Amino acid sequence: MKTPVLTASGTFGFGLEYSDFVDLNQVGAIVVKGTTLASRAGNSGRRMAETPAGMLNSIGLENPGVEELITKILPELAHYQVPVIVNISGNTVEEYGELAARLDQSGAAGLEVNISCPNVKQGGIAFGTCPESAAGVVKAVKARTKLPVIVKLSPNVTDIVLMAKAVEAAGADAISLINTLLGMAIDIQTWRPVLGNTVGGLSGPAVKPVAVRMVWQVAQAVRVPVIGMGGIMTAADAIEFMLAGASAVAVGTANFVNPLAAVAVAEGIRDYLAERGLPQVGALVGQVNRKQGG
Amino acid sequence: MIKTCVTAKVIKQHPLAGDVFQLTVAVPAIAAVSRPGQFVHLRLTETFDPLLRRPFSIADCDAGQGTLTLIYRVVGRGTRLMAGLQSGDSLDCMGPLGNGFALNSQRPLLIGGGMGLAPLLMLARAFCSRPATILMGGRNEQELFWPGIYAGICQNIHITTDDGSVGQRGFTVDLLPGLLKQGEFDGIYACGPHAMLKGVAATAAQYRIACQVSLEEYMACGVGACLSCTCAAAGGKRHKVCTDGPVFRAEEVVW
Repeated sequence: MKTPVLTASGTFGFGLEYSDFVDLNQVGAIVVKGTTLASRAGNSGRRMAETPAGMLNSIGLENPGVEELITKILPELAHYQVPVIVNISGNTVEEYGELAARLDQSGAAGLEVNISCPNVKQGGIAFGTCPESAAGVVKAVKARTKLPVIVKLSPNVTDIVLMAKAVEAAGADAISLINTLLGMAIDIQTWRPVLGNTVGGLSGPAVKPVAVRMVWQVAQAVRVPVIGMGGIMTAADAIEFMLAGASAVAVGTANFVNPLAAVAVAEGIRDYLAERGLPQVGALVGQVNRKQGG
Repeated sequence: MIKTCVTAKVIKQHPLAGDVFQLTVAVPAIAAVSRPGQFVHLRLTETFDPLLRRPFSIADCDAGQGTLTLIYRVVGRGTRLMAGLQSGDSLDCMGPLGNGFALNSQRPLLIGGGMGLAPLLMLARAFCSRPATILMGGRNEQELFWPGIYAGICQNIHITTDDGSVGQRGFTVDLLPGLLKQGEFDGIYACGPHAMLKGVAATAAQYRIACQVSLEEYMACGVGACLSCTCAAAGGKRHKVCTDGPVFRAEEVVW
């Protein structure tokens, strides 16, 4: 990767949508939207609500299915010099394995296993909240692909470290966190939930402290690289994640606010390293000083 | 199509009525290529609360002057901030976004409800050599400041209000069959509340007149990436309002 800054799944489409506004070659990697075996229409009703310094979404994994991704979208992305990581989601362990097999020779640079989508009833979060189920998915995926496998964890669990250790033991090559926090908004005029799906995933600056804490906890507990995400809007946010233990970061909701956010974050990290005479981001990773008052 | 994300300078802003404002910004790169029915996605502040951009239909465009005019109602924090903008202030502007109206009618009927009348203004100007008629609806007289804006642009102006305080009492859809029976129109262009558009689409189908509708949905990215703004389409599929629309042929939408 040219930079340690990725675009988070679901927030950058397939990248092509943003190609009028940003040079995709300058992004570290594009993690494309959650992909399933068959196409999905997603949830009905209102799908997005803004909250203080955040947004709730309940898209419901709308996507054209893996076949269209492989035959139409990945060839388009191949015109750019940017690694493409495919975020995959299944209803069953077998579906995850099948997705991994289909994508193995597709040109994708890696897979991000989504065991943490809060917006679909089947699969998704059911795998992401139980260590044994999560491990089962990871083993099924690893058995069917040689691609690097990143496992995206849900923050909607009691013990994030338990989940991280389980997927690492099952063979995950890296761990990304956090996915969105389960949230809800209610219209006080109608007394009805704002979202058509009632609940949705909270993202944006509002979730950042939770994400930094979880990255810090997980990075100390596993040996595989951690990719940090959750409310990264600026280079300062990204550096915070790196100090907490992230080797790379992903920019998500910020893309909606500023299409150039991922590039700006990467430039800001470079400036920060240069100002301090640090050779690379590795000098930051996990260097948070826990001593109070230094 | 050229799309860009640039700084726009506020030229002027003034209230039109109550909580409705007219904002003119200088943004030549976008004004040069904007078409009726397209929109811009604005970021009003450097801070992250409010967080997201706000989409606004382009009410008018002067490519020569390099300006866009937006007409909007204050409904929340974002638009309240927007109402505070003064000449010389700047804001971040993405656009022009979305697909506009197809100007393929020789005898167009424009139908607008409430703030849905904003994007129809630029459309009416584009039709200026053709005898455009407009049917406009609102809740009451205070909301119906639009005839003054459309005077001299549309040949005929028909008005309905919910309370009958100006024009005919009722909804635009109530007046529609009477207008269509005369056979004067070969195309309908509508923007307004979903219920109004649904009624317009049904009436247009009944009279076999081509109908284009401009939809509005809650939106985050504005470029087809987030899928927040989709609407139901034929065959169980979904349209992205931001990039497939916001203008659709009425029959493309599942009402």
